[in-house]
Amino acid sequence: MSSLDPVLMSRMLTGLTLFVHIVLATIGVGIPIMLALAEWRGIRTGDNHYTLLARRWARGFVITVAVGVVTGTAIGLQLSLLWPTFMRVAGKAIALPLFMETFAFFVEAIFLGIYLYTWDRFKNKWTHLLLLIPVAIGSSASAFFITSMNAFMNQPQGFELVDGVFTNVNPFVAMFNPATPTKVSHVLASAYTTSAAALASIAAFNLLRGRKHVYFKKALKITVVSTFVFAVATVMIGDFSGKFLAKYQPEKLAAAEWHFETMTEAPLIYGGFLDENNNIKYALKIPYALSILAGNNPHQEVIGLNEFPENERPPMSVHYFFDLKVTSGAVIVLIPLLYMFRKKLPGKKPYPKWLLISILALGPLSMSAIWLGWFLAEIGRQPWIVRGYMKVSDAATTSTSVGWMLVLFIILYLVLSVSAIRVLSQLFRNKSAEEEIRTLGLDIEGGDRK
Amino acid sequence: MSYSIMAITVLWTFLFGYLLVASIDFGAGFFSFYSVLTGHENKIHNIIQRYLSPVWEVTNVFLIFFVVGLVGFFPDAAFYYGTALLVPGSLALVLLAIRGAYYAYHTYGSQTGNNKIYMGLYGATGLLIPAALSTILAISEGGIIHMDNGKVMLHWNTFFTNPYTWSVILLALVSVLYISAMFLSYYAQRAGDEVAFGVVRGYALGWSLPTILASLFAFFQINHQNPVHFGQMLDIAWMFIASFLCFVVAVYLLWKRIRLGIAFIMVMLQFAFAWYGYGRSHLPYILYDYIHIQESITNDTMAIALITAFILGLCVLVPSLILLMRLFLFDANYIRGKSAKKG
Repeated sequence: MSSLDPVLMSRMLTGLTLFVHIVLATIGVGIPIMLALAEWRGIRTGDNHYTLLARRWARGFVITVAVGVVTGTAIGLQLSLLWPTFMRVAGKAIALPLFMETFAFFVEAIFLGIYLYTWDRFKNKWTHLLLLIPVAIGSSASAFFITSMNAFMNQPQGFELVDGVFTNVNPFVAMFNPATPTKVSHVLASAYTTSAAALASIAAFNLLRGRKHVYFKKALKITVVSTFVFAVATVMIGDFSGKFLAKYQPEKLAAAEWHFETMTEAPLIYGGFLDENNNIKYALKIPYALSILAGNNPHQEVIGLNEFPENERPPMSVHYFFDLKVTSGAVIVLIPLLYMFRKKLPGKKPYPKWLLISILALGPLSMSAIWLGWFLAEIGRQPWIVRGYMKVSDAATTSTSVGWMLVLFIILYLVLSVSAIRVLSQLFRNKSAEEEIRTLGLDIEGGDRK
Repeated sequence: MSYSIMAITVLWTFLFGYLLVASIDFGAGFFSFYSVLTGHENKIHNIIQRYLSPVWEVTNVFLIFFVVGLVGFFPDAAFYYGTALLVPGSLALVLLAIRGAYYAYHTYGSQTGNNKIYMGLYGATGLLIPAALSTILAISEGGIIHMDNGKVMLHWNTFFTNPYTWSVILLALVSVLYISAMFLSYYAQRAGDEVAFGVVRGYALGWSLPTILASLFAFFQINHQNPVHFGQMLDIAWMFIASFLCFVVAVYLLWKRIRLGIAFIMVMLQFAFAWYGYGRSHLPYILYDYIHIQESITNDTMAIALITAFILGLCVLVPSLILLMRLFLFDANYIRGKSAKKG
């Protein structure tokens, strides 16, 4: 175990922690928006079903936040434990957003705690809803700060490298680098999409189980329509990201597209295989599409991989991540669209089983899209940790025990995930929505006015 | 004041904040578990469960603040401590993770009653985490981290056979129990829970003498470990004497069962004097002989940016924390359990 390469082990352990954390962080950024939407609707329409919806979501949400704090603490410390040289060198230029993120998270945690414990404490219903504003600002600001650090790793600027030391630093120029706008907006929009989609999956699951209460239909409607809106925004921002890459980080786009020769009228490659001479086989070629993706113009020149030395090219596997992610994105837009036009579809049932099953798939599908997009972004940055300045292999710890730590954390995350899923499912099984509606008498109070 | 002094003061203050809130939390976890074992469960369990309210979710953030701030202000710290502490740091992380997650499962999950496994985990991590974290203070005295051929190494042998390491661990453990019991006494009295007050007051008085003995033991062990540091501690001996006086007042007030709010402030002052006295005499080194605050401080621009961010952050944070405390910690209805616990 100790003979294994510390660099590879460090990458795997960081990847593992982030693989878990990205799920919780995504939900953490998106759910407050959905809570606000449901609670707002509840107050506006006087329909207590929506208030109950927010209340039940919040109960599950707090558990994911608590586990997210744990994995977030892990990655916060692992940055220094696994990448000491990176933090020592790059920290001189990019420590600021990392520091500010803790403040943003602090605010989020405080107000979430208050929100959760004060459902019936204020006389004015709006007061409780207003508590979500700092929660949402805190969580979205956290995402902004962390993503701007990641953007810096892709587009480092705001410093000069003199004798291996980052000097003449401007922390704001480093934070607001060219990659920041597209990355941050893509991360935020996809987090909102995924959170709405995950909640839509839960609603669809309940309807599939034969639960007929109008509460679930309302839940389905608000979540699926939100998923649609957010997904469309995510796809549009994704298109900007493509244009950003073409201009600033062409090797990443070229690797994602298996685009070797610099050319105009570049085709987009979908699927396929690469043989040992880098010839593309069995792929679908869409003429001009890559040029249009890169510059909204079929005659746009797109820089190919051959312009880069072989040891500075990302792995060719990112192509599959790209294709799968784009495909998932399209499906995530399509399914809600089918739902919104369900009354125009053939067949008599308003909620056909196939549609509910598709909506059930929305959550897992958008989570997978997040993972794929993250793989594309990080593996596509290889071999660099700070593009053009520091390679991953020079940044990792020299400790020989990383392999054992990897085993330790695999066990930890397995235990935590399994127990979290058990606790969450118990939470909702022990107290069903119907039961709660009955005990609170919500149906009488006008929940069924529609 | 130079940026490096300002930075280390800010960081040290965060760590002090963590020391207080985390000690209360860790100790409460242990007492909770202990009360189940000894059958005192129904006497103090409620008060502990009640006070383990949303306030304590923010405990970890103090620690993260310190780590992120340390690395931001003193990037060399990431290099030396990061490399050397991979294994102990990861183990501490696992303990923190178990504690944080199972606390949430228990508090927010639907289980009613006391899950013995959960209580055991919560109680055990309450002692293991401070023990693990405190060893970093022992390491910072030097002699345990070495450079071998340009690689940072931790000498486990020196680490475990060193009486200073053990004196620090001991001090951490008894302090956690003492601080926590002192706070719970104050809290129980405010809640008007006489039975619980009797039990936790007993804990607090019981752990007071061991705290002073362990402090003295650790104090004199520094002389063996790092005589330079010890000499500097003697130069500011008044801080340690002040700490002791605060201790005497706190214990006296608790003994007389009067002014427990003041008593807990005295506990905070007791630790503040010792903590800042220790920290001040530790300077200029963050890691003896390797990380010197003047040499390792980041560039001026970043230091100014971090300090500005810190001040702005406090402007948001302090009002939020006050709101949180007014709603939960110091709200009589909430403490007595009259308002709803969770949504």
